[in-house]
Amino acid sequence: MISMTVQKILNGDRRTAARLIRDIDDGIPGTREILKAIHRHTGKAYVIGITGSPGVGKSTLVDQMIHGLRRSGKTVGVLAIDPTSPFSGGAILGDRIRMQRHSLDDGVFIRSLATRGQFGGLTQSTRSAIDVLDAMGKDYIIVETVGVGQDEVDIARSADTTVIVVVPGMGDHIQAIKAGIFEVGDIFVINKSDRPDAEKTLHDLRALFDIARKKLTGEGWEPPILMAEAASNRGIAELLDEIEKHRKSRKTLSHETVIHRKQAVARDELIDMIKCRLFQEALDHITSSPEFKIYLDCVTEGTKDPYSACDELLSAKLCFIGDEVNRKPDLQEYLVAQK
Amino acid sequence: MNNGRKIKVLVSVIGLDGHFTGAQIVSRFLMDAGMEVVYLGIYQTPEMIVRAAIDESVDVIGISSHASNYGQIGLLIDLMKKNDLVDVPLICGGTIPKGEAEALIKRGVSKIFPPQSTSESIIEYIVSCARG
Ligand SMILES: Nc1nc2c(ncn2[C@@H]2O[C@H](COP(=O)(O)OP(=O)(O)OP(=O)(O)O)[C@@H](O)[C@H]2O)c(=O)[nH]1
Ligand SMILES: [Mg+2]
Repeated sequence: MISMTVQKILNGDRRTAARLIRDIDDGIPGTREILKAIHRHTGKAYVIGITGSPGVGKSTLVDQMIHGLRRSGKTVGVLAIDPTSPFSGGAILGDRIRMQRHSLDDGVFIRSLATRGQFGGLTQSTRSAIDVLDAMGKDYIIVETVGVGQDEVDIARSADTTVIVVVPGMGDHIQAIKAGIFEVGDIFVINKSDRPDAEKTLHDLRALFDIARKKLTGEGWEPPILMAEAASNRGIAELLDEIEKHRKSRKTLSHETVIHRKQAVARDELIDMIKCRLFQEALDHITSSPEFKIYLDCVTEGTKDPYSACDELLSAKLCFIGDEVNRKPDLQEYLVAQK
Repeated sequence: MNNGRKIKVLVSVIGLDGHFTGAQIVSRFLMDAGMEVVYLGIYQTPEMIVRAAIDESVDVIGISSHASNYGQIGLLIDLMKKNDLVDVPLICGGTIPKGEAEALIKRGVSKIFPPQSTSESIIEYIVSCARG
């Protein structure tokens, strides 16, 4: 069963891949075994991250990039990520609208994902979705995210080349720095350069760059700042050229740097994965216990403060967290006495 | 609730129908009901809708129709069958004359919601077919 699914993915079967990504996103347990099996077939695709504030033209840019890459005969996978509403848990995924002309192209696979807001969940399921598209044999995988939070920065980190998109005016670039995405950018694009103030934005960005560059580790790549007009396909060829240059620059890195980077990426990935599982399983373990219910009642009634409840629960339920003071020898008995 | 599953719905306008307001309102209240909505926009062909439904692995397809392009909806349902999307219900909303509506239901459309339908009734129906 697993091997059949794996084979279909390797053959590029979009229906199987689509289903698998859905199951991964929904956290269906069986998907883990499939991910293990396909992982050794990954690592061939080149991953490009596109990030920037809402509405800067990321999807339009991606659409033009797909067009350019397809013209040079490359296959493309796209993961377009939109935010989940914190109020309802729902989402409107509207990035496909701008990429519709590629929807019937067999060499293109576009998939929308919602951030879902689970602890580290975005990074996890996006990474897994990248693996699936990679195993399908896509030459390039483009990941579009709204650059607002930590998760988005993490995603940028799992891309081979990260493109930060800003627009003239509105202090957009300032925001980008605030969110910490400035540091992860390999290429900067000032989109909508048909708008006034494009030159000024270029100037501002250059100035900020000179300050920021001192912080960069000097790996021989100076992030270029490009002007583009995605809506009329201007500056896209240059962007694709710069991405190729960046790709090549990575090949000329010293053996040591390469190993060092690989290790950093592997470390990030592994720690994220551990974090995600640890969080889910530990939380489930605690909240499904009878003691949790008792503590909840105590805190609700005001007979116990939430700080003590937290410390005692963690100490009791997770043997490696907390300390002896909080670890009651017999929690059930202790709780009965408390009541 | 069936474990961590979220309901995922494709919302689109089909053919030469430029009325997107209905589709956007529906997308919005489905999101507010906790669903993930892949919104395709206007001028979609049956082929594009079917391809998006496969690639996005959606549970339900919702078509908003405010022009006399019922033929396109018929073509969509045929194409869905051809592409083995029989387990994905097709729901239509909008101004569809009674005779046309009956013909579409016979052809395989799961449900048609006239313009005065409440958002609750639509949500309820989608939940029932996605979880059914
Ligand atoms: N003037 C101008 N408008 C553009 C340009 N590129 C994109 N747009 C417009 O900007 C709007 C937003 O474009 P999108 O591509 O959806 O932007 P986005 O960053 O993907 O948006 P979100 O995914 O919602 O964050 C659309 O109306 C585009 O037509 C450009 O170069 N110049
Ligand atoms: Mg977008």
